[in-house]
Amino acid sequence: MDSALIPEGAKRCPFPVFALGLAAVGVVVLWGVYAMGLCWFKGLNQTNMNDYYGFALWIWADLAVIAIGGGAFFTGLLRYVFGIDELKNIVNLTVVIGFICYSSALLILAIDIGQPLRGWFIFWHANVHSMLTEVAFCLSLYFSVLTIEFIPLILENRQVDKVPFFHNLGHNMHGVMAIFAATGAFLSCFHQGSLGGVAGVMYGRPFAYREGFLVWPWTFFLFTWSAAAYGPCFTLTVLKMFEKITKKKLVKDNVVHLLAKISGWMITTYIIAKIIDTIYWATVTAPSQGFKFMDFYSNNSFYGVWILVLEIAVCGIVPAVLLTKKSFRENPKLLLTAIILGTIGVCLNRWVMVLQIMAVPVMSFDTWALYIPSWQEVATTVLPVAYGVILIALAYRYLPVFPQERELNAD
Amino acid sequence: MLPFCFEWAWDGGHILFFGGMWYTIAILGAGMTYCVAKTIVDTMAGKGSHH
Amino acid sequence: MKQDKHGKNHKFGMVVDLDKCTGCGSCMVACMSENNVPFKEDESNKKDSLTWMRVYKITNGKSFPETEICYMPRPCMHCGGKGDHGHSPCVSVCPAVATDYDHSSGIVSQIYTRCFGCRYCMGACPYHARYFNWWDPKWPEGMESYLSPDVSPRMRGVVEKCSFCFHRYQEARDLAYVEERDDIEEQEYQTACTQACPAGAITFGDLNNPDHAVSQLVEPDAHNCGKPKNPKAFRLLERLQTNPKVYYVSEREWVRKAGDNYLDGEWEKVKNNHGKDHG
Repeated sequence: MDSALIPEGAKRCPFPVFALGLAAVGVVVLWGVYAMGLCWFKGLNQTNMNDYYGFALWIWADLAVIAIGGGAFFTGLLRYVFGIDELKNIVNLTVVIGFICYSSALLILAIDIGQPLRGWFIFWHANVHSMLTEVAFCLSLYFSVLTIEFIPLILENRQVDKVPFFHNLGHNMHGVMAIFAATGAFLSCFHQGSLGGVAGVMYGRPFAYREGFLVWPWTFFLFTWSAAAYGPCFTLTVLKMFEKITKKKLVKDNVVHLLAKISGWMITTYIIAKIIDTIYWATVTAPSQGFKFMDFYSNNSFYGVWILVLEIAVCGIVPAVLLTKKSFRENPKLLLTAIILGTIGVCLNRWVMVLQIMAVPVMSFDTWALYIPSWQEVATTVLPVAYGVILIALAYRYLPVFPQERELNAD
Repeated sequence: MLPFCFEWAWDGGHILFFGGMWYTIAILGAGMTYCVAKTIVDTMAGKGSHH
Repeated sequence: MKQDKHGKNHKFGMVVDLDKCTGCGSCMVACMSENNVPFKEDESNKKDSLTWMRVYKITNGKSFPETEICYMPRPCMHCGGKGDHGHSPCVSVCPAVATDYDHSSGIVSQIYTRCFGCRYCMGACPYHARYFNWWDPKWPEGMESYLSPDVSPRMRGVVEKCSFCFHRYQEARDLAYVEERDDIEEQEYQTACTQACPAGAITFGDLNNPDHAVSQLVEPDAHNCGKPKNPKAFRLLERLQTNPKVYYVSEREWVRKAGDNYLDGEWEKVKNNHGKDHG
């Protein structure tokens, strides 16, 4: 039915099966859109946020999708600027994932603010000293970069490519992609960092506050580094999911192992920095404000010290070891374990840096605050996931996302 | 965002921040303009029409 | 902008005598009424109700008969921020300059029509002094006519907080201008909570003016970001360097200790030279 649109030589499931799948995910999208409508028309009283939890599930989702979407800028940087040519076989996937992640982040932000119609104030009346302003500017600009990076892939669709103008445009955009990729990497360093800065500059919140370099707290650098380190883990996780669902090999092992190795070394350096940061914060920064390390972890089991162990040891040191050692990362099961742990690790870090900050009391007579999201919050957080599934499914079906697919599946 | 907004100040923070922003927009804008212009020229010259 | 042309900057602040406060809540009621603060039909969930002035109940943690209770009224602290330069925790993070520090009065403003409700300021404030309008403001029928015409009600989706009754400051200044006076008198600008307190526990005035009662009560050290020289006075969370303009006074040591966080043994070292060196 739609075979004229499918990349040449690629095998795809019959259209009715595909359409049925889309429809199933579409129901989830509709559920999310309904919840989004409730939030927009009735206000944020539809959520379980409160004056203790001004930042909650959405801001975590925002930070998490941006972190795991970090594979796009980092792989783009390695491919186009550092010239690691093998990565051209996976860079399309990172661009699609990045595009989904960043458009989702913008959508979530549009729901999260109390007065969505005034969202443009952040640009127009910008306070250049606020980390959130830096986030908004770099995020929107980087989203334009991702769109620019996505366009040539769309133009490679079999039918679109037949139009000379689009064919030439795609070709010419490829020609200057290094400039766009470099700009994207520059922007990403700043917005990933400023998302970390959002927490680190809150000097009224001892759990979040970090010293730093010039105007940037240490969390600024840790967030950029962790996004670059863990982003590729998510890219590889999505690739493995694709390969499992389509029952096809889509990217050659040498490419996967190369990206896994780079990610492993990045995680290793990051986790060393994170451990140093944690020790310094626990022994110097927080005590200088009157807090013992365990004050932050001993009130309830939800925010117990296990969360730190899980983040740093299980989801940090373990993937670092598994991905840096050749024999481990070339073992498919260990590789899969490592990339899944890595993805969880960075999401957990963002969780802690949003929700635990809000949970910890600062005034000596204040109480811990726990929070459970409302169904509207959950639905609007699932919405981008469902939207992402649809977009990535469409991209896979109609665009040559995996350049090696044909070669690997020639029968 | 622009010098006529009343929060605007000609200080280091504003110059650095908005300088970076406008510089980035200029790069992206110039890059895309170049691509589109070159594509128009290429297409007029009959490039890519064998597809 | 740090100094006005005449070098006569005010620094309005508040002193609360915790030994006088009975926890009656008059200050809260007066504040809500003065500032058109909306309320919910069911106010049992305190985590999403608007209380610009909130009275906390704290105890010494001891069992009967040694139990002691202290009521601690908490308005916005109008922090001067690190170094007292006006970089309050909230002002420095607001992405749209919807909250600002007025160097001529020391008051932290909130521009409701500018705020777009990102709530970053709420996260940054350790005192929970900032509140979000989760609902449209609604008053029971007929009650709208009791609203103050001097204070604009806020719309859903924006953050609000104590303004030190800034509209009263504006009125006092207007009067002084009409009467061709350079400045306002101490009694001309008083917040609603100050006037409503039946125990006289709240004092309000200019911390920069040695003739004002607030200044005499706490003796703010101008060379030390306004830390109180009075050993019985303290500010909430002094160690975070937020430099609030709300001071508390108490004869009771455990109350003064509750004003901040201390590691084991730290309080013993600082309790007698409180306000001089907090590390």
